[in-house]
Amino acid sequence: MKDKAIIKVENLVGGYGETVILDNITFDVKEGEIFVILGGSGCGKSTLLKHLIGLITPLSGTVAIDGDRITEDDEKSFERILRKIGVLYQSSALLGSMTVGENIALPIREYTDLSDDSIERMVEMKLKLVGLEGYANHLPSEISGGMKKRAGLARAMALNPKILFFDEPSAGLDPVTSAGLDDLIINLNNILGTTMVVVTHELSSIFSIAHRIIMLDKQTKGIIAEGDPEYLRNHSLNKSVKEFFNPERENRLENNA
Amino acid sequence: MYKFTMENSQSNKQADSFSCNFTDDGKGGLLLKITGSINTYNSGSFIKEVKGYLKTVPNSSITVDLEKVSYLDDYGVLVLSEIRDMFPDDGAFKIINPGERASDILSIMDFDSIGKGSGKKTENPSNFIIRLGEDTITVMSDLKYMASFLGSVCLAILYVCMHPRSLRFGDTIHYMKRAGVDALPIVGLISFLLGLIIAFMSSIQLKQLGADILVAPLVAVAMTYELGPIMTCILVAGRSGSSFASEIGTMKVSEEIDALFTMGFDPTRFLVLPKMLASVIVVPILILFSDICAILGGLVVGVFVMDLTTNAYISQTLKSLTLFYIFWGVLKSAVFSVVISWVGCLMGFQVKGGADSVGKATTSAVVRSIFFIIIIDAVFAMIHIYWF
Repeated sequence: MKDKAIIKVENLVGGYGETVILDNITFDVKEGEIFVILGGSGCGKSTLLKHLIGLITPLSGTVAIDGDRITEDDEKSFERILRKIGVLYQSSALLGSMTVGENIALPIREYTDLSDDSIERMVEMKLKLVGLEGYANHLPSEISGGMKKRAGLARAMALNPKILFFDEPSAGLDPVTSAGLDDLIINLNNILGTTMVVVTHELSSIFSIAHRIIMLDKQTKGIIAEGDPEYLRNHSLNKSVKEFFNPERENRLENNA
Repeated sequence: MYKFTMENSQSNKQADSFSCNFTDDGKGGLLLKITGSINTYNSGSFIKEVKGYLKTVPNSSITVDLEKVSYLDDYGVLVLSEIRDMFPDDGAFKIINPGERASDILSIMDFDSIGKGSGKKTENPSNFIIRLGEDTITVMSDLKYMASFLGSVCLAILYVCMHPRSLRFGDTIHYMKRAGVDALPIVGLISFLLGLIIAFMSSIQLKQLGADILVAPLVAVAMTYELGPIMTCILVAGRSGSSFASEIGTMKVSEEIDALFTMGFDPTRFLVLPKMLASVIVVPILILFSDICAILGGLVVGVFVMDLTTNAYISQTLKSLTLFYIFWGVLKSAVFSVVISWVGCLMGFQVKGGADSVGKATTSAVVRSIFFIIIIDAVFAMIHIYWF
């Protein structure tokens, strides 16, 4: 893992219209790390993710990816950023009218000059990487939720982006499938050195994948904890952080007493 | 010896440079030394170059030296596998000096099995008889579903007749506004212009016979009896039929229909009846509105273009217009409105899968509604001629 920051967020104020959801947030994501954004429901995790991938523009502050600032003014640099990132959406967002193979071939065909035969072979390789070999000709509606997630991941990394974003990868999956997906994330990080930014609130996957985390809070609209998840679980003094990592009922009662 | 180099391929600035160096390996085969990086954006041109060269120099074996490769990802693996496949003989392809990273990637991507095994599935195009059979089965099951849907609508109507309180009045009012009130401007405009056009076109012909005044009855009868109901109902099919289909279709996709069912609601009663009832109440009123607008359109032409007096035009209109014509038009439109809402909802319920299926359902809701409107209109014309 290198120490170079690949994503820099400075004094970000984010939200929709007049509603401020994130107030004055600053953090870095280092190249090659698995970075987890966590927090309870409604604390702005997904909003932060949308800011990071440029789906919504910040109210103020800056987000820079690999040296390029995300702004609406400069289409060229924005396109450059889009080539560097891949996103796995919560619902996989595979295009329903195309087969799994066509979904993955779509960005490859658009942005590389490979021939059709090579693209087909590449698609098979990508599918194999996520453990879906032989499913290229299935429609998204014909495969299960966990398989859709993996196909979505194959599409997100079709062009080997430098950074992969995951929006709640384990949402709606059973524990075994979800652990399998976590393994896949760790493997890909090892093999390709891809930086991963994961939004989640699954405790088990946080401890297995995260190199570093930030935790957002609804009340303060900011970051209340940053660092290694194991250390934070055992040593954090913040009540919300303690509660998040130890959600058992007696802990909450004790804290509230 | 052959060499080629590629500096930042034109199409993509992200592509790093690479160079290839072909020499004799001393054992009668080729030695390919690759320097630089093979990645997503330059792999295409790499394959083209190498394949192009290898075709000109037929050779029995190749050794690829990866010593000076600075970066290699799965696109690089793809390139190597394509080179390998040009040398199908056993042992004709070799990789030497792969770095640690490259050998990791080669083993993870399972280099040896790439492009083998699974193979392409070649689907035989089914022959004419099989396709005819499949289509027949589809059409039959379609018809069956239409009939069973009609049956469930009838049952729902019976149920509501016996339990009037089970009807969702709020929804019905909502759809009456959407299908009726919101349609007033466009129905008014279209009918007004249609009346205007008919009057204008017929005036040219009738003037030659000195029968100017007959424009008034022509517009009134044609619009109330035939064109008003047809035009208005085609508009309603486009506005409301399509929205019924897409609304129910989207609910089907997002499992809302299943949710209604498991909560113990009858989806037909819950979703279809309010729409159908609203259409049946509102469309005949739209027809009356359309009749008035059309006659106004004719009046404008009569008074300003043909120099008729307003009085004469109106009295001619009233003389020709029997209550039967108006009633017949309204009756037809009531039947059309049932068909529009029935077809719209039916298509919505038939949605399976995702977004494109909703689009298809919406299209076929409008197309089928219009088809049925024309057919039923023809039936009405027959009935009028032979029974009255």
